Amino acid sequence: MAKSNRGDAVFRGATLAAAGSIPLLFLLILLMLLYQSRLSLSAFGPGFFFNSAWDPVRNLYGALPFIYGTLVSSLLAIVFAAPLGIGCAIYLAEVTNSRFKEWIATMVDLLAAIPSVVFGLWGIFILGPIFGLSLLNAGVLLAIMILPTITAISREVLQAVPSNLRESARALGATRWETVKLAALPPAASGIIGSVVLGLGRAIGETMAVTMVIGNRPQISYSLLAPGYSLSAVLANQFAEASSDLNFSVMVEIGLILLFITVIVNGLARLLVWKIVSNGRIQ
Amino acid sequence: MENSKQRSYSIRKFKEKTFLALVYLAALLAVIPLISLLAFVVIKGASAINLDLFIHLPAPVGQPGGGMANAIVGTLMIVALGCLISLPVGILAGIWMAEWGKGKRGFFVRYAVDVMSGFPTIIFGIFAYLLFVLTMKRFSAFAGGFALALVMLPYITRTTEEMIKMVPRTLKESALALGVPEWKVMLLVILRTAWSGIFTGIMLAVARAAGETAPLLFTAFTNSYWNFRVDQPTASMTVQIYNYAISPFDDWNRMAWAGSLVLVMIVLAVTLTVRKFSKRVTYG
Repeated sequence: MAKSNRGDAVFRGATLAAAGSIPLLFLLILLMLLYQSRLSLSAFGPGFFFNSAWDPVRNLYGALPFIYGTLVSSLLAIVFAAPLGIGCAIYLAEVTNSRFKEWIATMVDLLAAIPSVVFGLWGIFILGPIFGLSLLNAGVLLAIMILPTITAISREVLQAVPSNLRESARALGATRWETVKLAALPPAASGIIGSVVLGLGRAIGETMAVTMVIGNRPQISYSLLAPGYSLSAVLANQFAEASSDLNFSVMVEIGLILLFITVIVNGLARLLVWKIVSNGRIQ
Repeated sequence: MENSKQRSYSIRKFKEKTFLALVYLAALLAVIPLISLLAFVVIKGASAINLDLFIHLPAPVGQPGGGMANAIVGTLMIVALGCLISLPVGILAGIWMAEWGKGKRGFFVRYAVDVMSGFPTIIFGIFAYLLFVLTMKRFSAFAGGFALALVMLPYITRTTEEMIKMVPRTLKESALALGVPEWKVMLLVILRTAWSGIFTGIMLAVARAAGETAPLLFTAFTNSYWNFRVDQPTASMTVQIYNYAISPFDDWNRMAWAGSLVLVMIVLAVTLTVRKFSKRVTYG
């Protein structure tokens, strides 16, 4: 008896240690990034966010061009992907019952499984001749990459809307559009917005595909067809090639900024989606 | 009166038609990218793929031919290292969350798992770099495996928790009633019952990890030669494809397509098989 109790204690201890290691890792990542970016944090302070100089030779660093590139490419992605993804979700959840339905759902899902470096390759050689290596190219490519997120979650949210709402609307003679507008969309709205915000979070954090097509030039250009740069892309290109301690510290701070933006955006999305999808129906 | 009713009816009909046209269009447009992507990967990849890809080392610049055999083995090695780290931790953590993670501590762990699953994967690369590459002063397969382990960890933990929660409580209770110690019940009865579901989650996590590039860029780095040591820089398919894709040489670009074809085939095969055998698959 005593022996088996010891076995249980060891087992519980092991599972607790494993579970506890995850928040610890989380903290360690934050602390490590903070610690390694201390040089940059003390050298530039909050001005780092608003400075657009980037000249490692003269030790001039500002994150603005990268923040600009990240925001513009991700917002472009949302502009393209949100209507398409929500439209597709409405088609799948509200309109069709045809045998293509599962095909379409599967194909959109499979898009999520394609490695991002393959998207990047496709972006260079197929989108490149059309849009050049530019913010617009990155935006279109990101839109394709976040489409599955928006479609799958919006669809799930729509399916969680009780069907008696729809039936009532149909019984009153509403058309399909009116049914969607009156019965399905209002309860699902926050979840659908959440899916879009979640897509935004993914677009901001996406690295390889963006690095390959955005053009990698640290400038702020108002033309969408001009090359730009993003937080993730500058990390991919320059992190391991830092020329000085300060330069290295600057790169870590850029990582920290990227992390904070994605965590905030994802937190917001979770707030919007979680309640609905976690219990499978809308109150 | 009659006239305005008629008009409102035709307006409603027009709106309905527009609505239907728009959602059909959206569904159509949503499948085009995948078709185009797969078509190009298959066409361009198939024209460049040959046996050399699987058995030869990369050729130096300007020299035609060559393969990425070392990168294929490297990917296997790095992903295996990632599994070695993430599987025990993820499965044990998942068991804890399912069995004892109801209170505040459970919420805390679950929250950390959730937030970490949304981290840009390049952050894990930076973390592994700071932790191992900086201290060991060299790129290594181990650092890459560690970074991939962090990518996989949230998925494995979450699937394990969900799958174990689906096992009926009565099963555990009857095993306990027979006098079997709890740890044996958990490992030999509960985990075994939930295993097929957990395995599905592991396969998806592996497929995802094998397709990751960003966490490997400055951890495993790359290598033009064979390497079987965990403390040395190691080539991976994804980093190799990346380097080939952005190079100005046609030969290398063709290799990038060929490599992509292999990678996409593997990832899609795993994903489709898993989808076939499990009804509900969620993509993070």
